[in-house]
Amino acid sequence: MEKLKKLLYSQKAAPYIFVLPFILSFAFFWIYPLFSTVKMSFQSILPGEVEWIGLKNYSKLLKDTAFHTAIRNSFEYMIWTLVLLIPFPMIFACFMDSRLIKMKGLYKALLYLPALTSVVVAGTIFRLMFSELEGSQMNQLISWFGFEPIKWLKMKVTSYFALITIACWRWTGVNMLYFLAGLKNIDNGLYESAEIDGAGGFKKFIYITLPLLKPTTIYVLTISVYAGLAMFLESFMLWNGNASPNNIGLTIVGYLYRRGIEKNQLGYASAVGLVLLVIALTINVIQLIMNGTFKKEEK
Amino acid sequence: MEKVQKNSFESKKMRMSTKNKILSVLITAFFTVLGILVVFPFVTMVLASFRPGQELIRYGLSIKLNFGEMTFNNYTYLFSGVHSYFMWFRNSMVLTIVSVTLTLIICYFVAYGLTMYNYRFKNLLFFLVIATMMVPFEILMLPLYQEMIDLKLINTTAGVILPGLCGASTIFFFRQYMSGLPGELLDAGRIDGATEYGICVRIMLPITKPAFAAMAILTGMGAWNSMLWPLLVYRDADKFTLPIGLNTLLTPYGNNYDLLIAGSCFAILPIFILFLCFQNYFIDGMTAGAVKG
Repeated sequence: MEKLKKLLYSQKAAPYIFVLPFILSFAFFWIYPLFSTVKMSFQSILPGEVEWIGLKNYSKLLKDTAFHTAIRNSFEYMIWTLVLLIPFPMIFACFMDSRLIKMKGLYKALLYLPALTSVVVAGTIFRLMFSELEGSQMNQLISWFGFEPIKWLKMKVTSYFALITIACWRWTGVNMLYFLAGLKNIDNGLYESAEIDGAGGFKKFIYITLPLLKPTTIYVLTISVYAGLAMFLESFMLWNGNASPNNIGLTIVGYLYRRGIEKNQLGYASAVGLVLLVIALTINVIQLIMNGTFKKEEK
Repeated sequence: MEKVQKNSFESKKMRMSTKNKILSVLITAFFTVLGILVVFPFVTMVLASFRPGQELIRYGLSIKLNFGEMTFNNYTYLFSGVHSYFMWFRNSMVLTIVSVTLTLIICYFVAYGLTMYNYRFKNLLFFLVIATMMVPFEILMLPLYQEMIDLKLINTTAGVILPGLCGASTIFFFRQYMSGLPGELLDAGRIDGATEYGICVRIMLPITKPAFAAMAILTGMGAWNSMLWPLLVYRDADKFTLPIGLNTLLTPYGNNYDLLIAGSCFAILPIFILFLCFQNYFIDGMTAGAVKG
């Protein structure tokens, strides 16, 4: 007993005891579910009846048009968020970092505010803003330009406009803060010596800011790819559940939710989830290779 | 010669400064417009909360203002308590407080173990922490749901909290913070005869306080706003948290919009107040991963 106590208090055992909660959590809430979802994706699971069906779930996915719609929707959403939520926040951050603007705290706080809301509250606001009623804000706005009221959430293009508006509203401020933190790490001396060499603002941005912001950009790109591909709740809120007309708002996770939770087909839904995982990992690895993260220069 | 060059540089600077003044005005104007656009949805929501819910159903969120028709009825109804709102509010509070407390304590210890010692599996363990970030939660949601049913943790707060206790980003943040602290403190503590756990709790924990503050706010915000996982785990209506409860009000018939709109405003309030008081902690906690990660 005495010996055990001594061992527990030793410098050798202590780190393992500190990290024990992580090891347990890793085993029970990561490895186990990950393996069980891989296993389930090869099974057909009905209450009290589990059957191994090999690759049938996957071959079914290949022919499942709703799933193809979901993949296309998730990709479109992700690409739009990448196009809008990386360059613009980066430029905003550069402005914010310059001496050209006062009351930075106020503007930063204002742009960050939407990130404090839950998807439910944000979804509720935008659902009402983009309502198909004549008096809704968006319909009033377009009526000033002489357009007729639109059923915003019943058409693909307009409903994506709504989804992407939500994304931009919520994440512009956050991404700007990421870039601001990255900019703080850049040595001011570089800009000063560039100025002496006669470089203008644009040149400084291209030759100093962009390359030195790369780690931040990669970080933002990585989380944006994941968040974009795994988007679900925004669409869940806009269409009040998972059923949008003609599946215009169906995403990959939405389809996983529909199959797994609403229709209780755990096997098929697991296959959907794994396809998503493979897509997300592939994109990330390609992105990291293209950005040269694995090159030796890091050391 | 040198002097001339310096002078020309200075005059260039002077010319720049008029240009800069114009730029400065333009940029300030731009951010003001952007700020107004960003705040606009909040403002309309708050304004709408002072109007009858019926109007929302008939017109949607409208730009038109009619101060004569403004009423406090929605808020009187909200505080009358003849609905489940404050039960959701209380549930959310409990969930947030419990999960923040446990998450911070556990993540602190794990990060401490991953930073302050050198041992064989240290790098492997840290790699595993990073690996958990590489799989989106949405993929593990179904098997975890199944697991919670098997463990009889479905419909319990434990079931909601447990899978997220060792949040990789929280561990990462603590580790980041601790690696900047002087390691000699450990040896000093050991010489004074403190145990390993004593050093961790009595010496290191007090100087990690700023990291705790930042992470408390960030995990707290996450717990308060979390929707998907609680939606799966909680089954009884009397356990619903605010986001789930508010979502149940959003029916196509709109019979609950009075409560929905006033309740949504009131749900953001606690986080807004926290944000106003601790703005810097929000920003520190958010951006830690981006700089070195």
